[in-house]
Amino acid sequence: MSSQTLAAPASVGSPRTGGPGAKPRAIGQIASQVFLIVASVLWVLPILFALYVAVRPYSDTRKYGYVSMPHHLTFDNFRQAWTQSDMLHFFWNSALITIPAVVIVLALASGVAFVLTRVNVKFNVALLIVFTAGNLLPQQVIITPLYRIYLKIHLPHFLAGSGLMYNSIFGLVVINVAFQLGFCVFVLSNYMRSIPGEMYEAALVDGASLWTRFWRLTVPLCRPALAALATLLTTWIYNDFFWAITLMSSGDKRPVTSALANLQGQFVSNQNMIAAAAMIAAIPTLVVYLVLQRQFIAGLALGSSKG
Amino acid sequence: MTASSPERVAAAVSEKSEGSKPSVRRRRRRLRTMTTRDRIVVALLLGIPLLLDLAFVWFPAIGTVLLSFTKWNGVGSLHEKTCKPNMPSILNNGCWYGLQNYHQATTIDPSFWPAVRHNVIWLAVFVVIATPLGMLFAVLLDRGLRGTRIYQSLIFLPVMLSLALIGIIWEFVYSQNYGLINTVIGRNGNSNAIDWLGNPHLNLWAVLVEATWRQAGYVMVLYLAGLKAVDPTLREAALMDGANAWQTFWRVIFPVMRPINIVIMVVTVIESLRAFDLVYITNKGINGLELLSVLVTSNIVGETQRVGFGSALGVVLLVISLVPISIFLYQTFRREESS
Repeated sequence: MSSQTLAAPASVGSPRTGGPGAKPRAIGQIASQVFLIVASVLWVLPILFALYVAVRPYSDTRKYGYVSMPHHLTFDNFRQAWTQSDMLHFFWNSALITIPAVVIVLALASGVAFVLTRVNVKFNVALLIVFTAGNLLPQQVIITPLYRIYLKIHLPHFLAGSGLMYNSIFGLVVINVAFQLGFCVFVLSNYMRSIPGEMYEAALVDGASLWTRFWRLTVPLCRPALAALATLLTTWIYNDFFWAITLMSSGDKRPVTSALANLQGQFVSNQNMIAAAAMIAAIPTLVVYLVLQRQFIAGLALGSSKG
Repeated sequence: MTASSPERVAAAVSEKSEGSKPSVRRRRRRLRTMTTRDRIVVALLLGIPLLLDLAFVWFPAIGTVLLSFTKWNGVGSLHEKTCKPNMPSILNNGCWYGLQNYHQATTIDPSFWPAVRHNVIWLAVFVVIATPLGMLFAVLLDRGLRGTRIYQSLIFLPVMLSLALIGIIWEFVYSQNYGLINTVIGRNGNSNAIDWLGNPHLNLWAVLVEATWRQAGYVMVLYLAGLKAVDPTLREAALMDGANAWQTFWRVIFPVMRPINIVIMVVTVIESLRAFDLVYITNKGINGLELLSVLVTSNIVGETQRVGFGSALGVVLLVISLVPISIFLYQTFRREESS
């Protein structure tokens, strides 16, 4: 890493200016360490505290308060939260929204990015701007007409029980796809631009059709970017609260993140169970955090830079 | 991906110098090799997503602007007639209202100016505290101290959680009678308990702590990625010239990171305009937690639907958000436009 390379010239230079310079440096290092340790502790404290509340029985915290030594520890809250609130159902809703949305966004966005970077269509910069800017708008800017549109579009029964775009899983998939499309197009087109043009020349010489150049050549080369984006999108769409609150009326179709708001009302007398339900709802993102953290960060890094 | 600026300039120059002639040639060849089937593929690959984006993002965005000049409760149809003054609102529906919605928002609606004020405070806290804190984390972590990995992972954790979840988690910290803070400072009695999330003078700041807690981690990750991509020789050169860490950062690294700084600026402004989930999960955005985003939403999910009025508030958000969006687009696509 960069610090390693930095160490060399610094230590070479230090003997002359040496003695006095070395001490502030060490103090600076210690200060940074202390600051980071304090910050890290403060940063996990709220989560650990909620977890602590979740593993204690209601009777205990009622009697001694949340901040007290543990008298009993139990997973009962988790069990009860899971069964009483039908969480499996809400997780299923989340899966039905998140998985198709992620797959469709990535498929559509790679197509757009490929056309915009590798085919000379007119206005390709303008189109790229249309996609990118769309993703940057606050959701509330488009929600009022969107809500009206969702009430107007009728869907066949097999797509939506409600018969409308509004209050349907299908509708939530559509808006998540449309809204995230811009970000993915931006990232993927930057990524595709870094693929050397010679590869396409070679493919052309071999007589590869446009589709082959897209599907057999470009998409496989974009695998790292696609993996990073998939991680990012899964987390974002799973975590979505706003679309589900506004474009769905009934609680039982909502994904788990927005259903938490209802659970809060349902368990209002038992805060420990709310904590447990919240922790259960966090599990998918925590899995991503533990297993795919690097992918997630890579996705953010791709989004914040241009090729 | 972010090359350091000298490299990038060099790349841009070389692209340009060798660019003009071959690209014309290439374009011709491409035109020649496009079969009918290729054209259909292009049309589909581009057309379907474009249609989706236009129909569900841009059409509503323009719709917001148009609807903001109407008075409509969502029932019945819209027409072109101008709303008549001094008429019961049932008869005056779906009509052209001019600037009346904006006028009402700024003069009559009691929650408009508080919401604006809260949004401004939100933005100010993000600009003054959350974002610099995230940058500070990134700079410290970039120095490669022992335990960097662990610190980074811990500070990053809140970014993974949904804002709804964050709101719930922090309720245990702020809870009036049993909460972490009140117990620690000994204010959990019935008489002297501090109602962090209920008191309209306190709750915005309490929620902003939650928002900062998440935002700082987000900025940290973005900034760290940018710092890692900075050419290490720049730093070596600065050190050779006798610059200290402070000078190196502000005089050498910070200017080089201009693209990422703009991204951070966009994220900071847009996120503070989007702020919604935290206040909604806390108390549905009332009683001290009014935000523009909440006012827009309450005209949809609330009982009284004032489509025109809600749209006017949406336009306010749109106009403000267009400033950072334009800056970002200008800085990102400037080079492509010119070439």
